[in-house]
Amino acid sequence: MKKYLKPGVFILCSIPFLIILYKIFLNNLGPEPVKEITHFTGEWTLIFICLTLLMSPLKRFTKLSVWISFRRTLGLFVFFYATLHLLTYVGLDYRFSWSPILDDVVKKKYIFIGFAAWLLLLPLAITSSQKMVLLLKNNWKKLHRLIYVIAIFGSLHYIWLSKTIFFRPLVYLIIILVLLALRIKIKKRIINYG
Amino acid sequence: MKRFKYSEITPEKIYKNRRSFIKSIGLGASSLAISTIPFANKSFANDRYKLTSYKDITTYNNYYEFGTSKSDPYRNSKIFKTTPWEISIEGEVEKPIKLSMEEISEMFVSEERIYRLRCVEGWSMVIPWMGFSLSELLSKVNPTNKAKFVEFESVYDPAQMKGQRYPVLNWPYNEGLRIDEAMHPLTTVVTGLYGKKLPNQNGAPFRIFIPWKYGFKSAKAIVKIKFVENMPTSSWMWASPREYGFYSNVNPNVDHPRWSQATERIIGEGVWAPRVKTLMFNGYGDEVASLYTGMDLKKYF
Repeated sequence: MKKYLKPGVFILCSIPFLIILYKIFLNNLGPEPVKEITHFTGEWTLIFICLTLLMSPLKRFTKLSVWISFRRTLGLFVFFYATLHLLTYVGLDYRFSWSPILDDVVKKKYIFIGFAAWLLLLPLAITSSQKMVLLLKNNWKKLHRLIYVIAIFGSLHYIWLSKTIFFRPLVYLIIILVLLALRIKIKKRIINYG
Repeated sequence: MKRFKYSEITPEKIYKNRRSFIKSIGLGASSLAISTIPFANKSFANDRYKLTSYKDITTYNNYYEFGTSKSDPYRNSKIFKTTPWEISIEGEVEKPIKLSMEEISEMFVSEERIYRLRCVEGWSMVIPWMGFSLSELLSKVNPTNKAKFVEFESVYDPAQMKGQRYPVLNWPYNEGLRIDEAMHPLTTVVTGLYGKKLPNQNGAPFRIFIPWKYGFKSAKAIVKIKFVENMPTSSWMWASPREYGFYSNVNPNVDHPRWSQATERIIGEGVWAPRVKTLMFNGYGDEVASLYTGMDLKKYF
């Protein structure tokens, strides 16, 4: 049973990708298809960030360590959807015309912070293998705390690109803040008992 | 200015049915205007002239009174009641008046007006509106010499408009124009769309459309038109004065603080279609540029 869990999670994580492929081929993306793909991949990146951050609180509440074994897969899907999101913007939307893209990255803060978040994901994706965990030892954990920064950046990216914070950008901000706050509590408890 | 014949820009099916729908809405053939889409030059792709489908125009809307998602207005406006409806013209006028929708449709003859809509978000449509110039309506009152601006107030009815139950914007929706902008012949009172009655999600029963400005300037479901002395603060200016100015003319050279306005996507063009360049005053420069002579459009954005 247990050996099917991880492949199962992998398949579940791929479903949004399969859905968007299916929609592209059926031309079923509505009046603004490029925006639809951009928003779809962007939102799934945020969802996977939240899921990744959810695993260690889940472990704590359920006292089951199995959750932690999903974390790497979820984290890599964050990178996968973030990269699709970036490629949609750079390739599909702007046809790799670099000057308006660079102009946007420099001048528009939501693009800047989104791009920064993707760059921060790179070292995490590169060091995701078991080999790297062993190689980096304690630094690995420190490095992978970057996901907290990435989560905040991702949420700000969404808030800044929306006309108003209501309602979805606000919902993601709250979820991410709650997930991060759960971690602060752990530390305090350790300090108290220490 | 190159004029386009109606037949050049209308899908064949609608063109063929034209006579029948004109009859069905009770207008004589004389009211059929040869509509034009003025452009600064003619070197664009043909897509610029192609009418956006009825489906896209009526299911992809920004109308926060009915919700912030594009598909919300279509879904949530079905039960919206537009009769009876009264429009009050007041403020700095000699004699304020109130007109019912019935009176308005008797007083003014609507014609088809095909205009491009450019949303501040960076997408555009080509819409065959039915309507008449706002100046015809405004000429029914005599503004006092204090009047400098015209303010438009949309309906406030949170029982029917669920978006108004949340403080997304400063309800009721408020917009404004300078008097010369309001009196410009392109500034249109919209009463219909594709030869049909104006759907609720598009601002029924009474909305305006200003083709050279970003879409949000064209207020929907208007109940009050007020002549005022001072520049009104529109709902969007209230929400973010840095991002949404009073003028909000379509201008590819002045970016929104958060995104570029140099290009736009044409609605309904499919996933592989490229962006197209946005035109100054949305292509209506020949008609309206003179309204802004000598103004720094970066400052008065």
